[in-house]
Amino acid sequence: MNSISAAASAGTGSGSGTGTETGTGTGLSGERFPVRERFPVWKDKFSLVSSMIQRQDLAFVQVPMQTTVAFITHLRDLEGYAHLVFFTAIDYIEDGIFRLTYMLHNYRRHHDLGVQVDIPREDAGMESIHHLWPHGATYQRELKEMYGIDFPGSPGVDESFVLEGWHDIPPMRREFDTKEYSEKTYYPRPGRVTYDPTEYMKEKLYPSEAETW
Amino acid sequence: MSDMQDMEKTESEEQIARIAAEMRLANDGLSDQDKAYFCDARPQAVEPYRGIMEKFANWARSQSLWILGFGTGCGAIELRPLMTSRFDMYRYGIQPRPTPRQSSVFVIGGYASVKTVKRIVRSYEQMQGPKFVLGLGSCTVNGGMYWDSYNTINRIDYYIPVDVYITGCMPRPEALLAGFNRLKQMIREGRCEGMNTYAENFDWYKANQKQIIKDWNMPDYNW
Repeated sequence: MNSISAAASAGTGSGSGTGTETGTGTGLSGERFPVRERFPVWKDKFSLVSSMIQRQDLAFVQVPMQTTVAFITHLRDLEGYAHLVFFTAIDYIEDGIFRLTYMLHNYRRHHDLGVQVDIPREDAGMESIHHLWPHGATYQRELKEMYGIDFPGSPGVDESFVLEGWHDIPPMRREFDTKEYSEKTYYPRPGRVTYDPTEYMKEKLYPSEAETW
Repeated sequence: MSDMQDMEKTESEEQIARIAAEMRLANDGLSDQDKAYFCDARPQAVEPYRGIMEKFANWARSQSLWILGFGTGCGAIELRPLMTSRFDMYRYGIQPRPTPRQSSVFVIGGYASVKTVKRIVRSYEQMQGPKFVLGLGSCTVNGGMYWDSYNTINRIDYYIPVDVYITGCMPRPEALLAGFNRLKQMIREGRCEGMNTYAENFDWYKANQKQIIKDWNMPDYNW
């Protein structure tokens, strides 16, 4: 409770009426992490492409492919972003890229940082991060299977992960037509119809059934 | 004369051996070492007893349905309230069992992915006859809300024979009880011959299964 009120007052910047509360604890937990001040430093060292502050406890930065792993290592070892929350990919087929997002969490400052990197869709591949977090290998196996993004050297990256015996293109790629594949493979049962919800409700709810109530 | 007889004999023996070889299952998914451990016989259709004996047997079967405790999809969540005191399926002679060997009813609990179908087929074949299949939820009928997914099958009856479907997403435990009672009625009427259907159309079922299960690494018939 103390930390919440302290955070609110820090947000307004006045600090009035919180004289007793701000003195308690480490003094870090309630304050807003000044991530904006770190951007120029990171830009010099790791050539940040762009940065965005989404919320008080969430920011995104974009880095080029070459400096990504060095940047993440720096964040983990020197900036306190010790936890890999998730690691995922988005398929921007129009731009010909996959956007990878490494979501990192700083326990001490309660701050999330999303590190984004664009990689080309053709022969998609990226440096592995399994040496930083062992569970990174699991995310990388999934990305290899679902998007076809290769992570050379990652343990078990070529083994099947969720799918068994998949022979088509990776199913989460957007050029993969899941409906067409399903119709071709799984014997659709005839008779499936679609109703317009508005018309159907009008037809069903009024008037005859209402009369019986 | 004796030479002729010998030739005929060897020819007919060869013929029998060839037919027998054709009736064997190939078990191509197994390594040569593993082939020795598994049977290569095909399932056989079972003749019913004569007259009143079959009726009595069917009555007895319908009074004691043991469910295979294998929740293949989200629909299996409805089996828990069915077991407990409110809906109490034990009063109908239905109870869950832990292994396929002891079970007579396989409840397909909703959607089945390709990966699950592999286990469903294996479990179904391991069940001892007479055995019955209950399709629970819309997904078993036509894929339900997952009908256009890349890994969810649309019709479970292309892979194993189904006796009763219970539609709904999810069906309530009352609907399940109604389905079980329908199944019992059908068993008493002698209409639940899914096991024989499976044996008679074994090649068709197996072809369908192998079409979607690409990494077939189990025997062709698990019993």
